[in-house]
Amino acid sequence: MNAPESAAAIDVHGLNKHFGDKHVVRDLTLQVRRGEIYGFLGPNGSGKTTSIRMLCGLLTPDNGSGTCLGFDVIRETYEIKREVGYMTQRFSLWEDLTIRENLDFVARMYGVAARARAVRDAIDALGLGDRRDQLAGQLSGGWKQRLSLAACMLHRPQLLLLDEPTAGVDPKARRDFWDQIHGLAGQGIAVLVSTHYMDEAERCHRLAYMFEGRLLATGTAAEVVASACLVAWAVNGPDLAALAAALRARPGVLQVTQFGGTLHVAGRDAALLEAAVQASSADPRQRWQRIEPGLEDVFIDLMQNAANGRPS
Amino acid sequence: MNGNGVSLSRWIGILVKEFIQLKRDRLTFGMIVGIPVLQLILFGYAINTDPRNLPTAVRDADPGIFTRSFVAALENTGYFRIVSRPATEAEADGLLARGDVQFVVTIPADFTRRLMRGEAPELLVEADATDPTAVSNAVSAVQKIALTALSRDLAGVRARTPTPTPTVDVRVHRRYNPEGVTAYNIVPGVLGTILTMTMVLMTGLAMTRERERGTFENLLSTPALPIEVMTGKIVPYIMIGLLQVTLILLAARWLFHVPMEGNLAVLYAIMLLFIAANLALGITFSSLARNQLQSMQMTFFFFLPSILLSGFMFPFRGMPEWAQTLGNLLPLTHFLVLVRGVMLKGSALPELWVHVWPIAAFMVAVIAIGLRFYRRTLD
Ligand SMILES: Nc1ncnc2c1ncn2[C@@H]1O[C@H](COP(=O)(O)OP(=O)(O)O)[C@@H](O)[C@H]1O
Ligand SMILES: [Mg+2]
Repeated sequence: MNAPESAAAIDVHGLNKHFGDKHVVRDLTLQVRRGEIYGFLGPNGSGKTTSIRMLCGLLTPDNGSGTCLGFDVIRETYEIKREVGYMTQRFSLWEDLTIRENLDFVARMYGVAARARAVRDAIDALGLGDRRDQLAGQLSGGWKQRLSLAACMLHRPQLLLLDEPTAGVDPKARRDFWDQIHGLAGQGIAVLVSTHYMDEAERCHRLAYMFEGRLLATGTAAEVVASACLVAWAVNGPDLAALAAALRARPGVLQVTQFGGTLHVAGRDAALLEAAVQASSADPRQRWQRIEPGLEDVFIDLMQNAANGRPS
Repeated sequence: MNGNGVSLSRWIGILVKEFIQLKRDRLTFGMIVGIPVLQLILFGYAINTDPRNLPTAVRDADPGIFTRSFVAALENTGYFRIVSRPATEAEADGLLARGDVQFVVTIPADFTRRLMRGEAPELLVEADATDPTAVSNAVSAVQKIALTALSRDLAGVRARTPTPTPTVDVRVHRRYNPEGVTAYNIVPGVLGTILTMTMVLMTGLAMTRERERGTFENLLSTPALPIEVMTGKIVPYIMIGLLQVTLILLAARWLFHVPMEGNLAVLYAIMLLFIAANLALGITFSSLARNQLQSMQMTFFFFLPSILLSGFMFPFRGMPEWAQTLGNLLPLTHFLVLVRGVMLKGSALPELWVHVWPIAAFMVAVIAIGLRFYRRTLD
């Protein structure tokens, strides 16, 4: 019984979810293609986890419709569960089982063929051969994440839903993880991954930014940046703290962010921003330079806009 | 793949996982062995208590020499403390009814005369048997002195009697406890309450624990079916229950010499059913409860009526009708009758059936409710 062939791994329209009075996900419309890595960004509490749970049948949407791997997200949750690999945000394997026992259990749940071999291969791939009999609860955060990922890929799913898989993981492990994800995407597997890291967002084929249950932007990183129409300047030099305070008071300045010895200033109106820069560039030791706005600037801008435009 | 059907391999997977987790959970494991041992020691102590100096009233209608030495012998046993010498039967009854005395010993008017004639005069011992364990040793002490105490006094009078034949016919009336609950009856009660308590509690925590640790989300995201999870979680605890039962039965046999009249296999079959019914209830509780505390509260909410209305605490036939009706819904009520029947009366299955099916029906109903409320999503 194979999933019906369709181009989109995820294709949902107008999904909504309330918890009590709280409207947590609003009209979620999302398409993820096979072989695509789709980044899911947004501040804490914006509804990412809730959205992912609706996609894999753990939460029932209040309304809306759509398919995951061709299966209906409301009626065919059993089939979806069998074909999808879901990695929870919080470590959710059994801490009182060993690494091998956890993988073995998961493999049994999915009816993985040649189970013993699949589990052994997964342990070897993790490089945990000598610690296979260690309790999962004794692993460090990074290793728990890697174990979770190995567990949700045991049954060779066609779609991976990864909820903040690299939170608290060191840079080397994060890079390895992303190399692995790209390898999988190359084999045609679709990946929806939520993250707070900008470098990770930039490694996605496409991304979506969610705020208060609404998708504020979707597209490739370049498209998202372009659509925000931000202008940005960078300043190097001494006395940046005082300069930052002065800039924040100027009209047209939306964001002032300090990165070590550099200050980034961003705004939407190029003329106003230019005026602000001119007025503040009295100190000759400070050198000004036009730069491309980053994804982070764009996300913060999107968030501020949404918050300002919100009826209170 | 077999569609949405139940998968044996998944079920075994859940079973294996539960066994491993149980093995590693020292606290639960300690509880499993600890609770029966503790409760047995408590009840065992109650069974073994040999209370002495029990307040006794003697109404003697025949103040003769034999009466005096009989009463002296009574006091010498150490069980009786003569606190009152009522003159009338009504007065004696009052003492017993108020609980002022545990025993009333009535010595009939013709006591001396009949003894001299070589007849065995009747001696009435009325006991407040609401505390049966307190009474039994004392009563057997009376019977013993009836055999020996008077023989010295009678030696001269009845020289022709070489061997001590019973000189007094002791009649014992156990009052206020028509069922005559004895120490033996406590063992089925201990079995039943321990099983109810630990089985419901442990499985009650099983599912809520998954929820509180966050592992339920993982379990839910796999294709495992509710029925697989529920029954998979029950089976390991069935073994635990059987282990507990065996511990208690061995103790009953060796410490308290409880007889085993019936078939051991039948007894185990009954216990298996009872264990399964309680486990099903526990799993259902944990499907209904939001957290471990709620599950624990539900367990105690069920445990109290089980203790009070099942006939464990009070004689079942002595309860008002509504209480009996309620009691009949509880598995423990039927379990007590069944176990007493098998252990003490040697009953066989056909006679027991009337008490077997209510337990089975209870279990089916509870599983149905559990499946109905099993959370298939995180909503
Ligand atoms: N089971 C739930 N019951 C009630 N509120 C919830 C539940 N799950 C999430 N929420 C609320 O929904 C909002 C979105 O949460 P979540 O989807 O976890 O956001 P994110 O993953 O983006 O941080 C939050 O305000 C959270 O408090
Ligand atoms: Mg989240």
